[in-house]
Amino acid sequence: MSLFRTELRRLTKRRFTRYSTLLGLLVLVAVVVGVFFTNQKIDAGQLARAERQADQQYQEQVRWSEQERVECEKAKTAGTATDGRYPDDCSVITAPSRDQIEAEWFLPSTFNFKETFDETLIPFAAILALVGFVVGASFVGAEWSTGGMMNLLLWRPKRLTVLLTKLAALLTGILAVTVPAAVLWFAGFWAVATFRGSTEKMTSGVWQSFLLTSLRGVALVLVLTTIGFALASLGRHTAMALGGVVAVMVVGQFGLGILLEMASVRFAEAWLLPTYILAWMTKTVTLQDWDSCNATYYGECKPATMDITWQQSSVLLSVSVLVILGAALWTMRRRDIS
Amino acid sequence: MPAVLEIEGLRKTYKSRRRGTRNALDGFDMRVDAGQVHGFLGPNGSGKTTTLRTLLGLIRPDGGRMALLGHEVPDALPTVAGQVGAIVESPQFFPHFTARDTLSLLAGAGEVPAVRVDEVLELVGLRDRAGERVKTYSLGMKQRLAVASALLKNPKLLILDEPANGLDPGGIREMRTLMRTLAESGMTVVLSSHILGEIQLICDSVTIISLGRRVAFGPVDEVLAQHSSGAVRIRLEAVSDLPVATEALTQAGIRVTGHPDHLMLTGVDKPASVTRLLAEKNLYVSELAPIAVDLESVFLELTATAPVPGQHRQVDESTKVGGTGQPGPAGGGWGA
Repeated sequence: MSLFRTELRRLTKRRFTRYSTLLGLLVLVAVVVGVFFTNQKIDAGQLARAERQADQQYQEQVRWSEQERVECEKAKTAGTATDGRYPDDCSVITAPSRDQIEAEWFLPSTFNFKETFDETLIPFAAILALVGFVVGASFVGAEWSTGGMMNLLLWRPKRLTVLLTKLAALLTGILAVTVPAAVLWFAGFWAVATFRGSTEKMTSGVWQSFLLTSLRGVALVLVLTTIGFALASLGRHTAMALGGVVAVMVVGQFGLGILLEMASVRFAEAWLLPTYILAWMTKTVTLQDWDSCNATYYGECKPATMDITWQQSSVLLSVSVLVILGAALWTMRRRDIS
Repeated sequence: MPAVLEIEGLRKTYKSRRRGTRNALDGFDMRVDAGQVHGFLGPNGSGKTTTLRTLLGLIRPDGGRMALLGHEVPDALPTVAGQVGAIVESPQFFPHFTARDTLSLLAGAGEVPAVRVDEVLELVGLRDRAGERVKTYSLGMKQRLAVASALLKNPKLLILDEPANGLDPGGIREMRTLMRTLAESGMTVVLSSHILGEIQLICDSVTIISLGRRVAFGPVDEVLAQHSSGAVRIRLEAVSDLPVATEALTQAGIRVTGHPDHLMLTGVDKPASVTRLLAEKNLYVSELAPIAVDLESVFLELTATAPVPGQHRQVDESTKVGGTGQPGPAGGGWGA
């Protein structure tokens, strides 16, 4: 327990930990503040004005389509409608119906908590996962590269205990930041919705769904923190983790993405990691193959689809953690420390 | 006297596809008795640091037996680690922490009372600079901090690898006094150093390693005596008598080397026999001085690492026990 407390102290004493966490939290605050100032609460006057603007738009569309239809008829009569500007049958030029022009198009942006909040949990998890990754990598990487790990092992020779205790302290620290940050995130956007939008129609089911999404976000933060820690321990340097991520993202993702596109692979995104991260947060990502055509009863052409679910993502994340952390523990146990 | 540190037949081999196999430790033996200050000497690359790292569980040995404070290591390291303070090679610390933070974190990890931090800072002379970041420290100050970290546990066995490295003359003297004080308090100290004059002054016993094997060991006096040449320098009242004296001594079977104002004699068992022999020839000695051998010359002789004019000795060129006995890239080098 003393080692755990000491490692927790070491983590919080590090300037990199403090500054990275502060930077991450400031970005989150900036997001909340940005959303606050770019949204407005809609009052009855604004709604009425939007309705009037929608009416005007509708009237313009009616006038324009009528004018176009007349021009089309004239061109047909004159025999000059050969440039493809008009359809064969001029009667198909019609105005949209009134209900197709929605009043909300003419409303300023407003924050609807029920409809929008779960989307905000994605950048929340992504920013804190990034902070967790670099803090985790630096926490153990700097210890290796400055000789701190060797010093510690002279005091506590059980290598696996030392590494796992460091990881436990790191995850505790990250959790201690993430959970209050999540609570404040909820509170912040609730305030945004209250003053710059709407908090209506919030049922217990919606709250439960938000809670589960945020739990998956917290899990994602912990997973990426662990991976950053394990990669840096594996390479015994912070740069190993950061370099590994750059390599994976540049070569493994952008490169692979381009290659898959060139090879016209169906559902190419299914091979890319961000798809699984997104699926983990949104429960399902539906990929579409726009080169295929599945005819419907109504004669429409629908692309083939493929669902990536959060369960599939959970398998990928679990295997990644097991493999990378397992390798880090194995090398910690086996490799000489020099 | 019980052994605090025992090593028997320790082996460590480094294998590389490109560079072959190198035996860093090749059946190395060592013994340190309780309460001693023990010098651990060897040329660069001879296996000193590998020995210490292996002993402390940082490197996995390929063979042999090791014991610390009567416990077999590395299995019993968790048991004895609290009683062994060590610094290995150059001092390494997280540069952005202060000395006090560094020691405080180590004390926390080792369940050492926090008050001990100030005690050791005082002991190594860093009390007034303890609040500064380690990255601002000179090498000597880092060395002091390293010694402080090793002393933090109040260990029974203190292992210091090059503790005087980077210290100023005053610091070296303080370190010497500290080692002796610690030994007098019952602590056993193992000291690896290249400053052989210091080792000779501080240590009760020594082990000399060359290419992974022990080439000499025992109390310092005995090691020096074993390698003493029995040389004696004599001066006579009259310099003109030196040729006559040379002849008389040579006839008595003593090897004599002439110098303008004195003679150097080797192979002299009893210096008194020289005075008697010369007095019988009416030659009177004004000075007779046995030439004392020092640890440095013994070290250079045993490891065959004395510089030779016009030659550039390579790191692995030293004596190997059981080998040819001549300097050269013997079996321990890469590719062996």
